[in-house]
Amino acid sequence: MSGNMNLTLRIWRQKSAKANGQLVTYPVKGISPDMSFLEMFDVLNEELINKGEEPIAFDHDCREGICGACSMFINGQPHGPKKGVTTCQLHMRSFKDGDTIVVEPWRAAAFPVIKDLTVDRAAFDRIIAKGGFISVNTGNAQDANNIPIPKTDADLSFNAAACIGCGACVATCKNSSAMLFVSAKISQLALLPQGQVERIARAKNMVAQMDEEGFGSCTNTGACEVECPKEISLENIARMNREYFMANIKE
Amino acid sequence: MSKLDSKIPEGNLEEKWSKYKASCALVNPANKRSLEIIVVGSGLAGASAAASLAELGYKVKVFCFQDSARRAHSIAAQGGINAAKNYQNDGDSTYRLFYDTIKGGDYRAREGNVYRLAEVSANIIDQCVAQGVPLAREYGGMLSNRSFGGTQVQRTFYAAGQTGQQLLLGAYSGLQRQVGLGTVEMLARHEMLEVVTIEGKARGIIARDLVTGKLERHFGHAVLLCTGGYGNVFYLSTNAMGCNVTAAWKAHKKGAFFGNPCFTQIHPTCIPVSGDHQSKLTLMSESLRNDGRIWVPKKAGDVRKANEIPEEERDYYLERRYPAFGNLVPRDVASRAAKERCDAGFGVGTSKMAVFLDFKSAIERYGHNQAVKLGVQNPTAAQLKDFGKQVVEEKYGNLFEMYEQITGENPYEVAMRIYPAVHYTMGGLWVDYNLMTTVPGLYCLGEANFSDHGANRLGASALMQGLADGYFVLPYTIGAYLSKEISVKAISTDHEAFGIAEKAVQGQIDKFFAIKGTKSVDHFHKKLGKIMWDKCGMARNEKGLNEAILEIRQLREEFWKDVRVPGTNNELNPELEKAFRVADFLELGELMCMDALNRSESCGGHFREESQTEEGEALRNDDKFSYVSAWENKGDGKYELHKEELIFDVVHPSARSYK
Ligand SMILES: Cc1cc2nc3c(=O)[nH]c(=O)nc-3n(C[C@H](O)[C@H](O)[C@H](O)COP(=O)(O)OP(=O)(O)OC[C@H]3O[C@@H](n4cnc5c(N)ncnc54)[C@H](O)[C@@H]3O)c2cc1C
Ligand code: SF4
Ligand code: FES
Repeated sequence: MSGNMNLTLRIWRQKSAKANGQLVTYPVKGISPDMSFLEMFDVLNEELINKGEEPIAFDHDCREGICGACSMFINGQPHGPKKGVTTCQLHMRSFKDGDTIVVEPWRAAAFPVIKDLTVDRAAFDRIIAKGGFISVNTGNAQDANNIPIPKTDADLSFNAAACIGCGACVATCKNSSAMLFVSAKISQLALLPQGQVERIARAKNMVAQMDEEGFGSCTNTGACEVECPKEISLENIARMNREYFMANIKE
Repeated sequence: MSKLDSKIPEGNLEEKWSKYKASCALVNPANKRSLEIIVVGSGLAGASAAASLAELGYKVKVFCFQDSARRAHSIAAQGGINAAKNYQNDGDSTYRLFYDTIKGGDYRAREGNVYRLAEVSANIIDQCVAQGVPLAREYGGMLSNRSFGGTQVQRTFYAAGQTGQQLLLGAYSGLQRQVGLGTVEMLARHEMLEVVTIEGKARGIIARDLVTGKLERHFGHAVLLCTGGYGNVFYLSTNAMGCNVTAAWKAHKKGAFFGNPCFTQIHPTCIPVSGDHQSKLTLMSESLRNDGRIWVPKKAGDVRKANEIPEEERDYYLERRYPAFGNLVPRDVASRAAKERCDAGFGVGTSKMAVFLDFKSAIERYGHNQAVKLGVQNPTAAQLKDFGKQVVEEKYGNLFEMYEQITGENPYEVAMRIYPAVHYTMGGLWVDYNLMTTVPGLYCLGEANFSDHGANRLGASALMQGLADGYFVLPYTIGAYLSKEISVKAISTDHEAFGIAEKAVQGQIDKFFAIKGTKSVDHFHKKLGKIMWDKCGMARNEKGLNEAILEIRQLREEFWKDVRVPGTNNELNPELEKAFRVADFLELGELMCMDALNRSESCGGHFREESQTEEGEALRNDDKFSYVSAWENKGDGKYELHKEELIFDVVHPSARSYK
């Protein structure tokens, strides 16, 4: 084995959406500080398979912090202790030999557990389907440089668009609010000239769907911004509130 | 060779596509409503095709194996997307993009396809900006460009180091809009495991619901595979963990020919392997080569840190060997040059399998520019460094962060270490000009097809191709086929062809669980990867390839005797998903080696050691190999090679020199 850290993992095991779950303790040995957190899970899963047990199910794909699939709640924090990273970008050098690490799935009524650490985040897709777009059919576009956009606006819009849809903001929020996620998309489009036409409908429809999915309301704790791996700013929520307010006035 | 009609339209290169569009068959709106299309894959190719087709009025179903369409592997593309806009007024044009792509591909792609790609490239940027994709801008509000390997103009559009993310989210927003309108049914966490053909035409798929394990039957008048590349056959690659060949391979076994399977791209700038626990490799965008300089110590076995090695003892080997392009030579050339230095003992880092990518000069240069811009007179060295760092951070910040995350080293202060890694597969299902495979009604788009990049893909061209295929090519070409299908009523999934296909999939599932072996799927995958990397990787030779074929056959036999798939079928079971994928990789790997063995020339990413110049450059053999290899699966591990001759009317293949 390539390293010398020994750890105790306490991992949430849940056979299916309907089954009851519980924390199960697994010791792991010989972990290298250069491993990523998910590579440590690979090591554990390989061991479980070799012992004839069932490996732990978790979502992951890109393993470089961009797809938003990975989603572990580590020692009470989504994506673990390090700021500005996803679970897959967390490395074992962030832990010490002998540590006990508790790993749970995202917990929110709108994100039901599918199995072990895997949850269902389709609610996010349904919110986007209600207005997270600009209605332009293929082939309708004018020359791209016909719409000059001030660099500062373009940059702010980009910063909001960097959201990876992971759901950490919801998982960390005591109200399970999805405001940071929804506001990031609303801001991205509200900051651009192309997004103006549908501005009103967008804010109203997306917020309505967000409520329907059972996400809680925002009480400005700011926990989401702290835990967001892409450091999406709370200013987006303020901007969204203005958009929503405006939408209701225009009614 | 009657089977391989590329269907390139007649006429001048510049007119082929416009004439085609003006004369192709159309389907009227009322008929579109009753035509159903299955799109497998929600990456750039799949999402853009699905949204565009739904806008046209077709009934569309989209499948992806991730939990959301937005997570398709396209999301990870970093550097940028090419388009012949000539916004920089630096001499770019459709022709030049076409020429660069044909030359970059080492004259192993079709002129007609590549010209069309270059032609629609500009529309892609327009479309994405209209969708609200926040591409990088200059202070005047205009779009910004950078240059990328293998070209001398600035035609690459980007969004920091997250271009793929932004483009995919744009395409995904278009897709979700259609989902909201009810014209697209989105089936995430579904894996396609079989193509259903009826009377020789593709009519549907069998998919497994990855949450419940249930096998589902889905009908379509046409089926589009937009399922990405197969680089994970090497186990370690820059691809996401789930990338696989399964959809394409099942289609191949149902009659779709596989084009140029051995053409794989090894990307020069990746973070080196750090240990045997490694599950994937991380790319550092090629855009870094715009400003970073690549070097190794002049002395073999030098163990000093980069900062301790004085300027005159550094060998900037790309600048030395290729003065015209320097650090911006195409990927295949840069990768081989790194391997050459490391094999010769000049490698750095603990493994000695790495070279330096250094931003010191860029930070200095930008520091001076910035000081002038800000009007700072007589700046101190520390100020200059700070200014320089700010500019570099603006351009590459997220990449630098990623590097630090993974290696624990700060690249603003110490040179990065990089090494080539598997990145992209130019090979894929053979398609004609319409993007149709050899199975009527079965189309293939994006990285999954073989079509536009020849033997080597230029940077920032995959995003362009995926979106070109999905937004601007397929929505036209599919009309040619569907206009003849309007009288075909939706076929019931009770049709026996669906039953047979489903039974085949169920059979494979039962077989996996029945083996009850002793080794995990990953065990076999890692072994396969090592064979492929050692013998069908950056350099290939006859002896190695012959060995690899035997080793893979043996490994495949072991797999089917000794693999352990835990759990059951009726639940979320990632090990079962992997088993399906690795089973197919174990067949594909052999075909890749056969293809590499057949092609005894060197071209693009395919370097046959027997075919090189005295200076160690790749030696192409146009007399013998100016063709596309299209492999037909004859069953029982047998393949027949068909050749599509490549005809060059406009550009004349010449030795590809970047000196
Ligand atoms: C790290 C990295 C950086 C890159 N950077 C650049 C860049 O800067 N510029 C550039 O031009 N190119 C870049 N590329 C290449 C480019 O990203 C890809 O070639 C391109 O995005 C592929 O798009 P696609 O739509 O063909 O496939 P993908 O985006 O891979 O999508 C495949 C889709 O198919 C689905 N799928 C696959 N199999 C099945 C199945 N059996 N059943 C159901 N669904 C299935 C998946 O769920 C997914 O939705 C990069 C690649 C990598 C790895
Ligand atoms: S706002 Fe941040 S935490 Fe929330 S989904 Fe987006 S990236 Fe994740
Ligand atoms: S696996 Fe993609 S963000 Fe972590």
